[in-house]
Amino acid sequence: MARILPKKDVVIVGLGWTGSVMANELTDEGLDVIAIERGPWRDAPTDFPPSQMQDELRYRIRHELFLRPDQLTFTLRNKLDQQALPMRDWGAFMPPNGVGGGGVHWNGEMWRFLPSDFVLKTHLTQRYGAGFLPADMTIQDWGITYDELEPYYDRFEYLCGTSGTAGNLRGQIMEGGNPFEGPRSRDYPTKAQTQPFSHTLFAKAARELGYKPFPQPSGNLSTAYTNPHGLRMGPCTYCGFCEWFGCSNYSKASPQTTILPVLVRKDNFTARDNSEVVKINTDRSGKHATGVTFVDSSGETWEQPADLVILSAFSMFNAQLMLHSGIGQPYDPKTGEGRIGRNFTHQTISSVNGFFDKSKFNFNPFIASGSIGMCIDEFNGDNFDHGPLGFVGGGYVGQVQTGARPIESALTPPGTPKWGAAWKTAIKDNYLSTVKPGTGVHGSFYAYRDIYLDLDPLYKDRFGRPLMRMTIDIKENEAKQNRYLTDKFAEIIKAMGATSLAKTYRTAPYDATTYQTTHLNGGVIMGADPKTSAVNRYLQSWDVSNLFVLGASAFPQNAGYNPTLTVGALAYWAADAIRNQYLKKPGPLVDA
Amino acid sequence: METRYGPRFSRRSLLLSTAALLVATSSKSTARTISGALPWEPNGGNPPVAAKFGPWEFFTVDEGRAMEALADRIIPPDPQTPGGKDSGSAVFVDRQLAGAYGSQEGHYVRPPFINGMKNQGAQSEGGPRKDYRDGLAALDKICKAREGGKAFADLTDDRKDAVLKDIEDGKLELEGIDGKSFFALAIKDVQTGFLADPIYGGNHDMAAWKMIGFPGARYNYLDWVSRHNEPYPLPPVSMVGRAEWSSNNSGAK
Repeated sequence: MARILPKKDVVIVGLGWTGSVMANELTDEGLDVIAIERGPWRDAPTDFPPSQMQDELRYRIRHELFLRPDQLTFTLRNKLDQQALPMRDWGAFMPPNGVGGGGVHWNGEMWRFLPSDFVLKTHLTQRYGAGFLPADMTIQDWGITYDELEPYYDRFEYLCGTSGTAGNLRGQIMEGGNPFEGPRSRDYPTKAQTQPFSHTLFAKAARELGYKPFPQPSGNLSTAYTNPHGLRMGPCTYCGFCEWFGCSNYSKASPQTTILPVLVRKDNFTARDNSEVVKINTDRSGKHATGVTFVDSSGETWEQPADLVILSAFSMFNAQLMLHSGIGQPYDPKTGEGRIGRNFTHQTISSVNGFFDKSKFNFNPFIASGSIGMCIDEFNGDNFDHGPLGFVGGGYVGQVQTGARPIESALTPPGTPKWGAAWKTAIKDNYLSTVKPGTGVHGSFYAYRDIYLDLDPLYKDRFGRPLMRMTIDIKENEAKQNRYLTDKFAEIIKAMGATSLAKTYRTAPYDATTYQTTHLNGGVIMGADPKTSAVNRYLQSWDVSNLFVLGASAFPQNAGYNPTLTVGALAYWAADAIRNQYLKKPGPLVDA
Repeated sequence: METRYGPRFSRRSLLLSTAALLVATSSKSTARTISGALPWEPNGGNPPVAAKFGPWEFFTVDEGRAMEALADRIIPPDPQTPGGKDSGSAVFVDRQLAGAYGSQEGHYVRPPFINGMKNQGAQSEGGPRKDYRDGLAALDKICKAREGGKAFADLTDDRKDAVLKDIEDGKLELEGIDGKSFFALAIKDVQTGFLADPIYGGNHDMAAWKMIGFPGARYNYLDWVSRHNEPYPLPPVSMVGRAEWSSNNSGAK
């Protein structure tokens, strides 16, 4: 039997980026807010001290800061008729856990999506005709435009102190920035980070090939910054331990560095850590949420009543909690009906490693930040004519190498034996003169009728609940897109002066064992039509109007960019709708 | 809030001590209510657990001999840099197997275990402990059968390499275990130990980092980020410091 806690105005499920943004906004509104977090409280100086964070084995290889699969994992299959099997250890992606969520160990890439990304179906149909899209592709418009979201992009950028070079300032194209980006209302809060050697060399080669390279917008700061909450951040030291690691230097934007020190001091905010929400409770009508049920680390079950429920777990767990709570109709790929689990997507990632003459090139590749990099956007979204190419979508490509932690970065040129004296000599000869961009080709992943999330019929979690089942594959459209982008990227790496290249395309089947990114999206998507979306344009559940579902679960399909800035902007957008519309008149903000 | 005084962590004590140095403690596994202030604690972090010197913790004596021989063929010694054995890779693998890696801590280990497609990820019930126990025994067994009664460690280097090449190429099968997969696992683990921080038992005296030019557990390159194509001037440092940081130099060979 659950023990019932005193009622709160708001209960927030998951204290990562979106939960922290929402908690801070709603406590500013005077509401009494509790956030319930599955993992531990973490803070920069205590949990990520510089004496122990530079540990590739512990944090990258053994995944210490991440969710552990024994707590919760997924099953995977590629096609509807296959047996899904559990991911017993992480590979393709590594879901976050704990206060700060993925904001603790992300790289800090701060990309805005293109204006056309938000009206994708309309845009592509108008330009190429409906028949150009694959028959099983289920892309759709977001129900929100770039112009509507722009002020919230700006807010999240200034929250984080983002370092970058503007490419489009109020419609004027700016030299040195991304000429393809949507108009921004003001410049970045801080100037772009200084680029190391290989990143600079990539930009030079790209420029000579006729492209317009620009620095990747970065949540690792180029200079000291005080954010709108009065929290101070320090310049990044390029330690090369950002991706997978926490930052003790207050240089990486995270909930810990940009929100929590202010939030936690408020009288009307409380957090509970190591407590996993297992259900959103509804009243008898099923149309009104009454709070949540959670289990703490001792196994005790609690009920937290609240007037407003904010679901802000990692994207796939949002979908899972909706299904476990019986809110919204589960998606059925055979009929195309139902919405929870629909339009699940990932990212189409590949890379090209370049091996250079060590007598001429010393890249000091260990000097980098998480979101360092020089990129081009000529092949993203619909920035190029897809007509003759026979696919849609694209991505940025760039030298975005985040360091050279040796277990993963002691590479050898193609054809080198995997062991023995030849291997040993090869890592010695190549470590300092290899370009390893990591996620250098960062492509979109569009939605399909038979790529979705549902509950697994066989495998259970520690509470006996069904695991979430992913049915996902690399479709021909994405494979073609990736091949095109990877070849373009390889031309630039070659032009940098590489003597040999190791080029890897992303191909079917979707592979659970190799890391691709943790940009998993959809399942609880936003939209204008309640038949094809789970939440409205304000991320409010169509079924339960006092439930808002934040995060990349709302993306109808994925663009060729990292998701966090859009996730953060949408959280501010939803918070604004709650503060200025919902609280004045609780109920549906859009008529179904 | 509960106050906890955790173990103190210093590079010097780690370097000098040969006893058990640290026990991972975690005050964070218990649910808490947090309000009013950031929940800071003295020494609130969770330092790494150093590999201890001493006898094998997981391997038997025979397994340890085979593992050291295997490590030395995966990473052979050369005049400048020690091989897998002397740099500690076999010790690394032993300590990893004795610890969380070996016990599959944190992994999803609920049944049923069904063989699937490779791209669905490993579905092994036994985990790496069973893989090494079976794999090293099978390696010695096949060597004794084919190489005049000699265990793997007793073969010449050329014969060792020939046996391993045949296993890698799928020409030689091991009894009761997929030899190709086992050798791939051993390559991965031995190389990981060679390149990981020395605190875990491999990469002794940062031999691998010196060889490739990785400066190790440093955290500030602000003065070098703009110095393109200039060799970084400082030697590597590990989480246990450097031998010369010790006042009496007794802690490291």
